[in-house]
Amino acid sequence: MNKLQQAFANGKAFIPFITAGDPSLVITKELVLQMAEAGADLIELGIPFSDPVAEGQVIQAASIRALSHGITVDHIFNMLRDIRKTCNIPIALMTYVNPVFAYGIDSFLRNCQETGVDALIVPDLPFEEKDELVPFCLKHGVYLISMIAPTSNNRIHLISKEAQGFVYCVSSMGVTGVRKNLGSDAEKMVKLVKEVNDIPCAVGFGISTPEQAARMAKYADGVIVGSAIVKIIEQYGSRCLPHVIEYVRMMKNAITEGD
Amino acid sequence: MPKGRFGIYGGQYIPETLMNAVIELGEAYEFFKSDSKFKAELNSLLKNYAGRPSMLYFAEKMTKDLGGAKIYLKREDLNHTGSHKINNVLGQVLLAKYMGKTRVIAETGAGQHGVATATAASLLGLECEIFMGKEDTQRQALNVFRMKLLGAKVNVVTSGTQTLKDAVNETLREWSRRVKDTHYVLGSVMGPHPFPTIVRDFQKVIGQEVKKQILEIEGKFPDVLVACIGGGSNAIGLFYEFIGEPNVRLIGCEAGGYGVHTKKTAATMAIGKIGIFHGMKSYFCQDEYGQIAPVYSISAGLDYPGVGPEHAYLHDIGRAEYVVVTDNEAVEAFEYLSCIEGIIPAIESAHAVAYAIKLAPKLNKNQIIVVGLSGRGDKDVASIARYRGVEIYE
Repeated sequence: MNKLQQAFANGKAFIPFITAGDPSLVITKELVLQMAEAGADLIELGIPFSDPVAEGQVIQAASIRALSHGITVDHIFNMLRDIRKTCNIPIALMTYVNPVFAYGIDSFLRNCQETGVDALIVPDLPFEEKDELVPFCLKHGVYLISMIAPTSNNRIHLISKEAQGFVYCVSSMGVTGVRKNLGSDAEKMVKLVKEVNDIPCAVGFGISTPEQAARMAKYADGVIVGSAIVKIIEQYGSRCLPHVIEYVRMMKNAITEGD
Repeated sequence: MPKGRFGIYGGQYIPETLMNAVIELGEAYEFFKSDSKFKAELNSLLKNYAGRPSMLYFAEKMTKDLGGAKIYLKREDLNHTGSHKINNVLGQVLLAKYMGKTRVIAETGAGQHGVATATAASLLGLECEIFMGKEDTQRQALNVFRMKLLGAKVNVVTSGTQTLKDAVNETLREWSRRVKDTHYVLGSVMGPHPFPTIVRDFQKVIGQEVKKQILEIEGKFPDVLVACIGGGSNAIGLFYEFIGEPNVRLIGCEAGGYGVHTKKTAATMAIGKIGIFHGMKSYFCQDEYGQIAPVYSISAGLDYPGVGPEHAYLHDIGRAEYVVVTDNEAVEAFEYLSCIEGIIPAIESAHAVAYAIKLAPKLNKNQIIVVGLSGRGDKDVASIARYRGVEIYE
């Protein structure tokens, strides 16, 4: 069985996102190890892509920084092998579909399996196209995470029925990035998912403050935070570790207290 | 073939946030394409506003000079706003209006599609925002002003390579921010289904007219159709009516830039591999890890790392041929056509002219080449002057 269930077994899950290779793979590895210690339940690790159409400026910039250091999928798998020597935290890889396709879908997923990747999040692979990856995900025991958005409406039923691992609920319209005001759609979305599938729901997009996280955690099983963390990494570069760790602790506390 | 697929190509590889929008668009298109009111209004716009049908012009001096096949030019440059882009834009903006949308957004490379979209939005009373790469706003400064004059807001895109690909990224992002009242007027036969089909259907009028016109003039079909290809909308527009006529050769001319053996090229079929990007499975210029490659062409309109999925399919089944034309060949053809026929072609269209110049002498005098003259070259005069070392700025 997949380790992903672990992530939702300790109360509300805190799911930090970082871009692999930003500011360097050495720091990425340390971030994964120390965020796991600091209370992260699942780590979403982004494979940098040249044209991330679902990302706002913060994560776009992180992708560019990582790519400018020549980071490739192979480097990332090597880093994961290294991480798995000492750390068993559930990991989801976030990638656009083209890097998987170019690598060879079967080889990519075989590598995922070998390096203990539990799930794939592919923002440009909607329900209608998921069969591009699903057979290979099944073969290698990796979950392909389904996403739902505020515009999904009638599609939530369809998507949730076949969802595996957890459902990624996109809290607001648009691309990733910190928002002052989060939409109120997420609560309704979670409810609709649970009507058809007893599966954990994690909410992401726009969340940055402990208050926002606590509010989302009232009805969701997990909270995903990306841009706020990537911003800290952008600000402190190779000295970002203590700042990120402090933030992760604070956010995990915020969602635990509200439990 | 499954819906939205051309062989293995096409599909709908976009974020979930946009899925209901493209589904709704597909349904609206299926409904309105046979709605008599919609059809009548679009036909009237094409005829009375865009100036269709466009002329099929016999380039007699060029034909004599090259000494081979008869060359005809399909004069899309004479359409209102100066290119074939208006055909698609009038269709899509009218469709958006029928769908109850109040705002349109679009990407643009050379500015032709942006200008056309701004024009149609102004005519039909919709709010309009255009996204254009910073590098292109510099190459085509006049078109930026033109769009503003037409009442559009122009957003300068500073991400990535600051060209057409990045303008598409930014327009997709904007669409996912505000999708309810907004239609994305995609400018080429690319992107997620139903765009490649919708855009092709709005452009196929080019080939339909050619078929009728050439039969009237010559009493037979052309032997060869030649068109430039970036995303491929004018090429598919010219080709589509003739796909079922196996004796008509279809040739798409890709932008070779400095040449396909250099990194400064945009010849997707020549150097690209199959991939999935901008909503579609097709050929893309990319590295071994699937990162989309920065591409280059003197022509901002062909400076795109992908190609429409129907072209990828026509390529694979061998129905259409795709050739490479370099910057230099295109500039020479730009100058040649200006001199010999008194027609200044868009630098995009000059890629097709360049190939016709090479091909015509190899064919006999009874054969016919139709060249898609997709746009006029006024917008390019300053940049061609700079290419030749003359410092003119608009």
